[in-house]
Amino acid sequence: MSSDVVVLNQVVKHFYRKKRLPRNRDLSGIQQFASSFKNYKEVVKAVDGISFQVKSGQIYGILGANGSGKSTLIRLISTLLLPDSGQVNVFGYDVVKNSYLVRQMINRVSVEAAFFKRLSAEENLVYTARLYGIPVMEARRKAEHILNKLGFDSKRMHEGMEDLSRGMQQKVAIARALLTSPMLLLLDEPTTGLDPTSKRDVQSFINDVRHQQDTVVLLTTHDMVEAEKLCDQIAIIDNGKIICEGTVKELKLLISQTEVTLEDVFIQLTGKTLSEE
Amino acid sequence: MLNLAREVMVSYAFIERNFNLLKRYLNWEILFFTYSIVNALTIGLIMVERGSSEDVLYLVIGALIWGFLSIMMREVSDAITWERWEGTIEYTFIAPIHRVTHLVGSCLFAILYGLLRTGVVLSIMPLFFGNYVDLSNSNWLTMMCVITISSLSFIGIGLMAAIFPLLSPEKGQAATGILQSILLLISGVYYEIDVLPVWLQPFSKISPATYTLRSIRAAMLDNASIASQKQNLLLLLIIGLITIPFGFYIFHQGEKYAKRVGRLKRSG
Ligand SMILES: Nc1ncnc2c1ncn2[C@@H]1O[C@H](COP(=O)(O)OP(=O)(O)OP(=O)(O)O)[C@@H](O)[C@H]1O
Ligand SMILES: [Mg+2]
Repeated sequence: MSSDVVVLNQVVKHFYRKKRLPRNRDLSGIQQFASSFKNYKEVVKAVDGISFQVKSGQIYGILGANGSGKSTLIRLISTLLLPDSGQVNVFGYDVVKNSYLVRQMINRVSVEAAFFKRLSAEENLVYTARLYGIPVMEARRKAEHILNKLGFDSKRMHEGMEDLSRGMQQKVAIARALLTSPMLLLLDEPTTGLDPTSKRDVQSFINDVRHQQDTVVLLTTHDMVEAEKLCDQIAIIDNGKIICEGTVKELKLLISQTEVTLEDVFIQLTGKTLSEE
Repeated sequence: MLNLAREVMVSYAFIERNFNLLKRYLNWEILFFTYSIVNALTIGLIMVERGSSEDVLYLVIGALIWGFLSIMMREVSDAITWERWEGTIEYTFIAPIHRVTHLVGSCLFAILYGLLRTGVVLSIMPLFFGNYVDLSNSNWLTMMCVITISSLSFIGIGLMAAIFPLLSPEKGQAATGILQSILLLISGVYYEIDVLPVWLQPFSKISPATYTLRSIRAAMLDNASIASQKQNLLLLLIIGLITIPFGFYIFHQGEKYAKRVGRLKRSG
């Protein structure tokens, strides 16, 4: 088997957004009424011909502003969206043709940790364990271990998810993904909205996972410091296109020889500033 | 290919999860149970002192069986709606499970839950109709047999209805509700279908609820044997054998469509 874990080849995903036309004053009342029902479709090129490879042992980072197509890309790899054209391969399997096999090898953490809100963390994790055919006792032990490492007080495992803070929920979401021992872990802005301590907990955990379990990580972020800290290889995307790719060092060299931050590189190449962060 | 033991374990995930949810939303369950009981009672009480013992039983059977069939029809669709509201649907869909296993798990829960709710309502009925309704002429075996076979067709309809919330959670719930109420109208739940306008009656003939209710009434009111109901049973079986695979098929198509146009979730 080649060392390519994820291979994207000219992947395209467009969405169609319904759009109402603005009011046209020249129309009569009835015409206006009729035209208010007409929807015009606008094409959103969420992913527009993207190709890249993620090699085994890597943490691969995708950097992009809001709406640049990061989550769409992650969903395409995780079989939640079907590409319009192009191929996505995970460990040599096509995600469309071999969706079941691919799903056995991956898991994903998204920005918003979606859970059954009234159920406890433990009940949510047991549900996941059963879906993945992991014995419940083993899953409990494993989840507790992961949550401890993430700085989550395991006594709170039995509280309803809705009573946990956002950071805690995100930690449970990470435990849910790691519980299933994925060979490829897809992290969609795993630390967005976390406080600095939680952020550090999560980041060092991601690093551990890569070293201890040989899990390949594909991570999206708009936190430059995070990307610089974690990623071996980075692609910057904008409007669904990769505008440059390389190691942090290579990207910095791309725009100047002097000392620059990754943020400078990003702004220069995309012409955009990054939100909040 | 299919490791059956594993698939059975996986389908248990849905049963356990749904019962956990039920515990956590107990206030809603109390409301649903109360409503089911009151519904069956008020409908049965219409005929007390006005009609015969059979008339009361006729209506109570309508209420109970319709309640059970509605659960069969709604539960799978409601489970999908629920997952869409919670946002967990992507996590269920990313798990390495066969969609059939997922749906079978949801259907099994529907059956257990339907039996539980109908059982509770049934156990309350004697308190109100105890000395009024005469069950000495009832054939319970036939009744069970009809229920079992007709469940198949309603599960099939439920699977088809589950595609609605897959495409849109709000519209989906409305669509399932409309489908359910049309079936209520045409299936002769509280009346014989010949009281319907003539143009509606052909539709009654394609509703599996029509045959279910007819046979159950025959069993409970006239001690009908299984053999005497074989024509209805056969029809119900055929409808079930058509709707279930078709239900799986269109759910699969719906899932593909949702993944193509990005209906599962867009934020994040
Ligand atoms: N399911 C969908 N249906 C329609 N349009 C969508 C869908 N998903 C994404 N889009 C659109 O595609 C574009 C890319 O969205 P995407 O969520 O991939 O961006 P992102 O880089 O993850 O942004 P953010 O940093 O805000 O999470 C946006 O314009 C978005 O509105
Ligand atoms: Mg995103």
